[in-house]
Amino acid sequence: MSTATLPRILTGVPANGFISFAQHEAIHGAMPVLSRSRHDNALDLELTESGLRGQGGAGFPTAIKLRAVARARGRAVVVANGCEGDPASSKDRLLLERLPHLLIDGALLAARAVGARDIVIAVGEHATHAERAVEVALSERHDLRSGSPRVRVVIVPHGYVSGQENALVNFLNGGPAKPTAIPPRVFERGVGGRPTLVDNVETLAHIALIARHGAAWFRELGTTEEPGSRLVSVSGAIAYPGVYEIESGAPLSALISAAGGVTTRVQAFLLGGYAGTWVHPELGLQLGLSDTQLAASGATLGAGIVVALPTSACVVAELAHVADWLAGESAGQCGPCINGLAAIAATLQGVQHGTAGDAPLEQLARWASLVRGRGACGHPDGVAQLVASALSLFAEEFADHARHGICDGCARRRILPVSSPLARRFAA
Amino acid sequence: MPLELRINWIKCDAHGMCAELFPELIALDEWGYPILDPRPIPPELEAHARRAVAACPTCALALERVPRRPR
Repeated sequence: MSTATLPRILTGVPANGFISFAQHEAIHGAMPVLSRSRHDNALDLELTESGLRGQGGAGFPTAIKLRAVARARGRAVVVANGCEGDPASSKDRLLLERLPHLLIDGALLAARAVGARDIVIAVGEHATHAERAVEVALSERHDLRSGSPRVRVVIVPHGYVSGQENALVNFLNGGPAKPTAIPPRVFERGVGGRPTLVDNVETLAHIALIARHGAAWFRELGTTEEPGSRLVSVSGAIAYPGVYEIESGAPLSALISAAGGVTTRVQAFLLGGYAGTWVHPELGLQLGLSDTQLAASGATLGAGIVVALPTSACVVAELAHVADWLAGESAGQCGPCINGLAAIAATLQGVQHGTAGDAPLEQLARWASLVRGRGACGHPDGVAQLVASALSLFAEEFADHARHGICDGCARRRILPVSSPLARRFAA
Repeated sequence: MPLELRINWIKCDAHGMCAELFPELIALDEWGYPILDPRPIPPELEAHARRAVAACPTCALALERVPRRPR
């Protein structure tokens, strides 16, 4: 930890509209040209030393991924992933709609480092202003010359799993935005069969700054294992919900203070969104927001999501509602996910209404562990994590509901958001 | 290098042949989808594993030699 200043990425974020290229360069300076030869890849070196990890939820070291793509056979493609499927996350949308030049810089730098001539900026369809912001930003880039990579913007249909990298690549290749079997990994065979670097848009924004200021600068903030800053979407019973840039490892209490504090008593914080973990507020506020520090509580920050659940809300009703939505967000391809998530969702509804059969909580715990690792993507694992952590933190509430059915809190408006697709599928 | 069973969950259609032919390490869940025992396949059971792989009607089951992963 140090006295290095924040914000970094969010410097000069406009309250409305999006930043111009002139403003962007005035804030951050011109994008550097980094050397790249067979044995000297300056961006690779800086990223390795910086310790930057992917900000899309998995937290994989960015340099390792970049190197794998650079070394793979064939002309690479770079995909800036701004699909952001978790309804409690809004950081990617903010970057796309307000600060598009940072992620464009990052994509251009990454493209140079892996030798890519094509860049795809993938935008979730819920980010309604993103396409225009990015298109206008691209038109302002007088630094894009004839030799620069081609950049195209693609709108990706709504879906919790459509931003999963295989699903996204499958969509870009003309298929549905659904996960595919692994292997092949996208770094070997991705868009158009070519090696593909899929990086979250926030990761690319960090790359833009690391390329300018270097790894040592990046490490002036954060912890040894997880250096730098990161964006966190804060919502729920919070005075000023929104996207905050924090020092990696900063305590949750500091983030909550920055967001104006909680508006009422909080019964739990949800960390890491809908593949995340519930933590008790007293414990939670002390926790350092880095995956290393959170690991002791079995939690991660995922894509950088914090939701404060007020005591007025019924956690059983909230979970039943979200689990039902998540079951519907299954791509419908893998049996354990289709059946397991549906069973979990139905049983949670039964528990909420006090109509579930014998030992429903044991059944839920069993299904949660049964679905883990049994799908083409991590969706069942995420739901299992969310449900198992709720069952352990709120054992009393669930037992109460299983016996007595709905409570006063059940009737209140839900706190946890779910996104509504433009059109619901009519199941055949 | 140890042998490992790998399931392509998108292809798997719950025919259940694998559990029938290799019950030592494959069970079925209540919907008929396989549950793999995470233990490495003992050499004396490799023939059973191969039979299960060969019998899968959707070719969802594969047997792979996996290098021991770092970590």
